[in-house]
Amino acid sequence: MSPSAFEAVIGLEVHVQLRTETKLFCACPNRFGAEPNTLVCPVCLGLPGALPVANREAIRLTVMAGLLLGCEIHRISRFDRKSYFYPDMPKNFQISQYDRPLCLGGGLEIEAGGTHKRVRLTRIHLEEDVGKSLHFETTSGVDFNRAGAPLMEIVTEPDLSSPDEAMAFLLALKQILVYGGISDCNLEQGNLRCDINCSVRPAGSSALGVKTEIKNMNTFKGVHRALTYEIDRQIRVLRGGGTIRQETRRWDDDAGATDSMRSKEYAHDYRYFPEPDLLPVELTEAQIETWRADLPELPAARRARFVREYHLPDYDAGVLTADKGVADYFEAVARSCGNPKAASNWVMTDVLRVLGEQGMEIGHIRVTPEALAKLIGLVERRVINMPTAREVFAALFEHGGDPETLVRERGLGQVSDASAIDALAAQAIEAHPGPASDYRNGKAAALQFLIGQVMKLSRGKADPRLAAEALKRRLGIN
Amino acid sequence: MNNPTETKAPAMNVEHVAHLVRMELTPDETESFGRQLGRVLEYIGQLQQLDVAEVEPTAHAVPVRNVLREDRTAPGLPREEALANAPLARQGLFIVPRIIE
Repeated sequence: MSPSAFEAVIGLEVHVQLRTETKLFCACPNRFGAEPNTLVCPVCLGLPGALPVANREAIRLTVMAGLLLGCEIHRISRFDRKSYFYPDMPKNFQISQYDRPLCLGGGLEIEAGGTHKRVRLTRIHLEEDVGKSLHFETTSGVDFNRAGAPLMEIVTEPDLSSPDEAMAFLLALKQILVYGGISDCNLEQGNLRCDINCSVRPAGSSALGVKTEIKNMNTFKGVHRALTYEIDRQIRVLRGGGTIRQETRRWDDDAGATDSMRSKEYAHDYRYFPEPDLLPVELTEAQIETWRADLPELPAARRARFVREYHLPDYDAGVLTADKGVADYFEAVARSCGNPKAASNWVMTDVLRVLGEQGMEIGHIRVTPEALAKLIGLVERRVINMPTAREVFAALFEHGGDPETLVRERGLGQVSDASAIDALAAQAIEAHPGPASDYRNGKAAALQFLIGQVMKLSRGKADPRLAAEALKRRLGIN
Repeated sequence: MNNPTETKAPAMNVEHVAHLVRMELTPDETESFGRQLGRVLEYIGQLQQLDVAEVEPTAHAVPVRNVLREDRTAPGLPREEALANAPLARQGLFIVPRIIE
């Protein structure tokens, strides 16, 4: 066997927090960032006698995710208890779904390294999240605000074969879930976490190698790094004549390595059984069809529509639709100003540039689509020129506000008064006789210098087109 | 109970189960729980002799489905109440023995 002849086999279990108002089985707010244990009630604390009632919206969102990902929807699904004992799990069992999950099968198209590939899904089920533990020197503290939050688990088949593919899958999945309004997929808030199953085998072999599981990854970059490390580790072990132990490993981001978790602490025997406190969920064909009719436009379809409807180049449409928020923003600007090409230019250059520089999401931008549309209108009507428009944009980005008011208050309006510009042209020619005579003698480039002088004299406010006309007239060309 | 010796169920590994539920048992407890739980398994063994090929598995006794809740928030417990029964609480957190990873 040649030294490079190993291939990786990777499957993911992705946990996604749903965008609901309340938790899965109680009316506590499903919200990040509150003071510890302030979003709790007898149900999510697992107090004796408290009874869960499932959240209709969480079921709808999970089915929507299933429809977007081409899954089969179980007409009857059920909740089960998964028993395990850990301080972040107050009831000593987690309500999950075992043999009748809401969604089965499905798949997602990804592109990595220039090749397209369909990654099959095994299932999507709904379960409750656990609490959060904080570790101190001799004790741990538990916050149950997150306990009971609706968590959708998406399980893939072992169809991924590289860290790049795993990354591409997660990005594509996130894009669809955000588009569908199913989850905010905010990684900083732990909305999306995943477990990785990974094994290696001689290239071309059909038998699977022994796999390891890497738990609880919460960044895409972490997934990529952990997989790169783990694949390399497994190949090194096998080449050295060793064997891979089936185990759970943990990624240590600082050390850049995975290490084995003490298996005794994680001995599990989940003893699933049907949750007696929750009744089965039955979905009718009519209900599913109503939801199907509500499915949002997905990125690929929206990209095609942008090309068709707004006559944008395919590349531009791709950039604008990569993020749903950006696509919505662009459409609002385009509709409001009636000039999709200008809207696209502004969003693709100025808006995305400042967002990138500030590491900001478009949802937080102070420049409203209406303000940007007005700014585009001001340029179109030649009230201001492009450099001034960029200045106004920067001011709007800092403080928000209305561009028309800003232009008026700061006296930024372009000078379009022909006699005023003519006077400035005369001044420029007088001050720079050399370039003026160069231009008369046929050096066309000298005109740009003189236009620049007029702009300077007007402090950037002259209409450059009128400046050029005035100069040409005075230099006897017109 | 009819003749329990007829359906000998596999003995329960009480130590393993005790570990799963994080319980410490004395040797006496291990022995007596083992005996008691063994009898429960024998009952199950009897049930397993029945032919249920034609019977739908029953998770719930009543044929009711879709008992669901609208996605609207309601007040929960004030934090002092939530923590009132905790053996130890600090800074709004339930304090537990350090979780070893």
